[in-house]
Amino acid sequence: MESEFTKIFELIISASLINNFVFTRFLGLCIFFGVSKKMETSVGMSITFTAVMMVSAALSWFIFNYVMVPLDITFLKIIVFIGVIAGLVQASDTIMRKVVPGLYYKLGIYLALISTNCIILAVPLINAGEHYSFIQSLAFGLGSGLGFALALIIMASIRERLELADVPVPFRGLPMAFVVTGLIALAFTGFSGLITL
Amino acid sequence: MAQASTISYWELIKNGIIKDNTIFKLALSLCPSIAVTNNLKNGVLMGVAVLFVQTMVNMTISLMRKVINPKVRLPIFMLVISGWVTITDMSMAAFVPDVYKQMGLYVQLIVAFASILARAEMFASKNKITPSMFDGIGMGLGFLFALTVISFFRELIGKGSLWGHAIINAKPLLILILPAGGFFAVGILMALFNWIDTRYLKAQASGH
Repeated sequence: MESEFTKIFELIISASLINNFVFTRFLGLCIFFGVSKKMETSVGMSITFTAVMMVSAALSWFIFNYVMVPLDITFLKIIVFIGVIAGLVQASDTIMRKVVPGLYYKLGIYLALISTNCIILAVPLINAGEHYSFIQSLAFGLGSGLGFALALIIMASIRERLELADVPVPFRGLPMAFVVTGLIALAFTGFSGLITL
Repeated sequence: MAQASTISYWELIKNGIIKDNTIFKLALSLCPSIAVTNNLKNGVLMGVAVLFVQTMVNMTISLMRKVINPKVRLPIFMLVISGWVTITDMSMAAFVPDVYKQMGLYVQLIVAFASILARAEMFASKNKITPSMFDGIGMGLGFLFALTVISFFRELIGKGSLWGHAIINAKPLLILILPAGGFFAVGILMALFNWIDTRYLKAQASGH
């Protein structure tokens, strides 16, 4: 029991800090650069993201292990997972529109883009590839969500200040955001070796 | 873009490479532009994979455009895309296993490329098969071009080699093949393209 708990803790830390999706695996960059202009939207996005990620990790674990493995159709995993995620996103889209219309109005297009987002799809694919157990898959989803949230919030706070800075003209906007991300990524390489899985 | 008949095929390809370049101009599908570009071989192979998927998806959607009910078009597009990605994924695993081991995950994630879905929605579902094919080739070539440029510089400066062959004898700047270096490289190249763009526009404006 003890070792299982340690393993889960390690998974969360490793997914959120050491193998941070944005800074070391370079996934979800479109959303990362698109949403991180304002703090408020990035917080909303992080919450939606983590929730969708955990639910999709759980759902696709069940489908993968109880439907696809017995039927021997694991080679269809890309198609099946994208279907699961598209359905989920549609659902969370409808729920958000009813419950928090203000946030929905702001995140609108990016929420629609979640279904074609690499991180959300990468989590079930990695879970399936690594043969994680159910709890481990959940932990991995949570860790990845937290890591993405951390990245978004750091980036949003930097970009809000960057608005006031005097940046050379060709670097304005995205190029500068890339360079800043590079600097954060450099800082994040300091986490490597913190835990060896 | 709406009137394909008035634009020549060459124009379509040029648009994809220069005007609507997926990475440098639209800033879409950025993930692989950093993840697989730490050496030229991976970058080029990834670009070719995307070129193939984009062209085939465009052709398939264009063939099916009269049958697809507009209400369910997005799920159908996703199905078509993931079908072609599965084919690419399995062929790469079979033919280039050593490269696939490094970038397998990113090949599978081609399915989540906003640019492919966007072309299917904006172009292929409204146009005949030949223009759609050229549009796909153009967009794919633009992506291949961007990946090639990025990975060329990263491998040359970061490792002092090209396609695995050592070229420069000096001590390389290791940072460029590290994750952080990928961001720097793309940022600087984007700024360079912006700069060329503004210079070009200025020259055009003063010429008239």
